[in-house]
Amino acid sequence: MKALRIEQTDDSPQVILDQEDKQFEISGKSLPEDVVEFYQPVLDWLREYQKEPLAKTEFNLKLSYFNTASSKLIMDILLIFEEMVEEGHKVVIRWHSLRSDEDMQEAGKEFEEMINVPFEHTIYEK
Amino acid sequence: MTFTGESKGFINYIYERYKDLSIKDITLVFEGQITHQIMKALTGLAEEQLAEVEDDSVLRRVYHVMVESLQNINRHAEAYEYRGHPYPGMGLVLVAKTKARFQVTTGNIIESQHVDELAMFLGKLNNMDSDALDDLYKKQMREGIISPQGGAGLGFIDIRRKTGNHLDYSFVKIDEETSFFIFTSTISR
Repeated sequence: MKALRIEQTDDSPQVILDQEDKQFEISGKSLPEDVVEFYQPVLDWLREYQKEPLAKTEFNLKLSYFNTASSKLIMDILLIFEEMVEEGHKVVIRWHSLRSDEDMQEAGKEFEEMINVPFEHTIYEK
Repeated sequence: MTFTGESKGFINYIYERYKDLSIKDITLVFEGQITHQIMKALTGLAEEQLAEVEDDSVLRRVYHVMVESLQNINRHAEAYEYRGHPYPGMGLVLVAKTKARFQVTTGNIIESQHVDELAMFLGKLNNMDSDALDDLYKKQMREGIISPQGGAGLGFIDIRRKTGNHLDYSFVKIDEETSFFIFTSTISR
């Protein structure tokens, strides 16, 4: 499956979805003007990946900021992973937060409560 | 762009409410069309100004409240015509700092028919405790959809629960169809 790579901008995150390299990551800032337009290719890619995923998928979310509209789309992404778990695949969501960013740590715990996928919470310093 | 005639512009409504503020308390003030680019410029400017002097968590909340409030205006502000001059997506923002708090005030034109509904929703949020707000946020996350304007219906809920403070709001009637919506979020320092 062809990898999806999107460069980060000042209002949208970097996206790496690469089955061959086993790399699945969204990182940076997310407050694009049109969240649906930005995340649609990500959702489309994951829907395709869902059909024949790796035995284990580690999905890294390392966001320094996201607005509420983005959080809705992050939810949509996580729901695809939830379906994959229901279909018998192994998935881990690794949620990265800056040590000083308690709101980001909280947000990770909140997503974990809402989604039936194992979470790992990771703290980074800078 | 200012309004002529009896009004010097909507910014007066805001200043009137903040008579006690001195100029040194004002971090940022802007009146004009709030586009996505302007939103990024204003939030970036506030971030830059506060980065050296403000606690990281306070700074992040001020930034978040500004993003959400300004994106609301960008998505929902009605175009307004005054004496033949159109003002599309017109809005204003004022960020002020006192010893104990930041106040982010935004103002924009809305259709008068939405005033009651909006006032009721904001009043409801003010009466909810943090658990109820978290529940409402999660419910909206699960059941809500992205509107044609691009919002998720989460902004006001999230401002209320992240700041922990009451939302302050008022409406100034301009004419039968249009009202000016003034909205203030408070971030404790």
